[in-house]
Amino acid sequence: MFGIDVRQKAWSAGLIVLFFVAWELFCLVTGMSDLVLPRPSQVFVTLFQRFPVLWPHIVQTLATTMFGFVLGVALGVALGAIIGVSKTAYDTCYPLLIGFSSIPKVAVVPIFVLWFGSGTVPAVLTALSICFFPIVVNIATGLATTEPELEDVLKALGASKLDILWNVGLPRTMPFFFASLKVAISYAFVGAVLSETVASNRGIGNVMMTASSNFNVPLVFAGLFVLAGLGVALYVVFSLIEGQVTGWATRKNDVIAT
Amino acid sequence: MRMQPNSQFDGSPVAAGAVPTAIELSEASVTFGRGDRAVPALSTTTLKIADGEFVALVGPSGCGKSTILRLVSGLVQPTSGVVIVGGREVAARAMRVGMAFQNPTMLPWMTIERNIMLPLKIVEPFRSNFRRLRKTEFRDKANALLEQVGLKGFGSRYPWQLSGGMLQRANLCRALIHEPRMLLLDEPFGALDQFTREELWTILQALWMTHKPTVLLVTHDLREAGFLASRICVMSARPGRILDDSRVEFARPRTVAMTFEPDFVALNQKLRAFIEDARSAAEQGAG
Repeated sequence: MFGIDVRQKAWSAGLIVLFFVAWELFCLVTGMSDLVLPRPSQVFVTLFQRFPVLWPHIVQTLATTMFGFVLGVALGVALGAIIGVSKTAYDTCYPLLIGFSSIPKVAVVPIFVLWFGSGTVPAVLTALSICFFPIVVNIATGLATTEPELEDVLKALGASKLDILWNVGLPRTMPFFFASLKVAISYAFVGAVLSETVASNRGIGNVMMTASSNFNVPLVFAGLFVLAGLGVALYVVFSLIEGQVTGWATRKNDVIAT
Repeated sequence: MRMQPNSQFDGSPVAAGAVPTAIELSEASVTFGRGDRAVPALSTTTLKIADGEFVALVGPSGCGKSTILRLVSGLVQPTSGVVIVGGREVAARAMRVGMAFQNPTMLPWMTIERNIMLPLKIVEPFRSNFRRLRKTEFRDKANALLEQVGLKGFGSRYPWQLSGGMLQRANLCRALIHEPRMLLLDEPFGALDQFTREELWTILQALWMTHKPTVLLVTHDLREAGFLASRICVMSARPGRILDDSRVEFARPRTVAMTFEPDFVALNQKLRAFIEDARSAAEQGAG
């Protein structure tokens, strides 16, 4: 229902406002030093004033994220398709994949820096390595869960593996794929910022690192706000795309035509 | 066992020799797995089905009925023996085949129409013309079939908008759209309620009478077998073999009311006795 939806959104917005108000009041009441926890109003002012300086870093972080994300998606789809088509490949590769995915990515950044020097390359690679796993798993699962009966029907017609993959496997995987994109873009973002924080001279992660070593705490928090904003924006964009492309999977009531 | 000859018999194939053989299993057996883990699924079986026959396979569950279907469709290779379909050894590709299972497996992202047209995307000669004809001739074909099964106007709906019985009708359409010479049905009505099931029997009978494909129907509903088939093969418990092969010579089109007449009930009881014997034999063997 429309009304309930609007009310729900109002509550969500209210909660966010309440969060900032509570934070502001907490700082004022306790007389918290802005070296420890700046008030949100201070953070927003800093964000606004320093925005021209922050902008190139935002662009850098976004570009790094997207680049790593695109590479991660390409790699993830390819690997997921290979693993998903064959049960043997799935069973064989899974333990190794789990092994890779359970390595904390912070630990990998120094290795990338060692190989490629600090800067954009390790950030892209970190983003890639952190975001491709959910895509592999989702693509592989989507392909592996094709109904055996339908596969039999098509095989009996003389369909090749490629026919089945193209007509049934891939479309069936789309909801899984777009759900994983949503997760992957957030992960890629985390990876990029992580690497920027550790080893880079550009990007929001680096801005926050520099600001904290200068005890410019409001700027650190401004960076954090920027990251939160970007993360939510990316998530929303991919949610919208998902809804457009794979609406059939959600079976909304309003889809039914009578 | 042979049913009383019926003067109203509709003239579908009487003897396998008179019409070309569509399906021939000679001494075919299937074993899954190897060595100690080998599971025999089908004992050495010989079965000949003439072109245009409607054969029902009945038997206790897990007896290898579905294995025969998979043999014929080429999804499973015989461990020993030979399977000849449409004059060639194995591989349903020698002959156009339509299949339908208990689960209708309509693709949720396509309309019913497009789901039904799926085989046309795979099978020649339709495949090469699919792009050109999918909005005209092929769509009309799909809708003509939908009309035959009582789903006129449902072509543009999506699968989730249809009930189980409607989906199963669409499933039959999908199995028939590419004009198969052979129809393989694996308990297609197993998940439906009694009334819907009986309604679909009538529809399937009408489809068979117009298109005359060779049909191999796996079922454990004896009334269904008696209603639809022109020949019923009873199978033993796993590993299955054919215990009995009998003709059903009731006049067509058969009606649901006929299934309550003494002749029909007698047929049912005979089949039932066979299956009960097979089951108790299997239990003794297991114990």
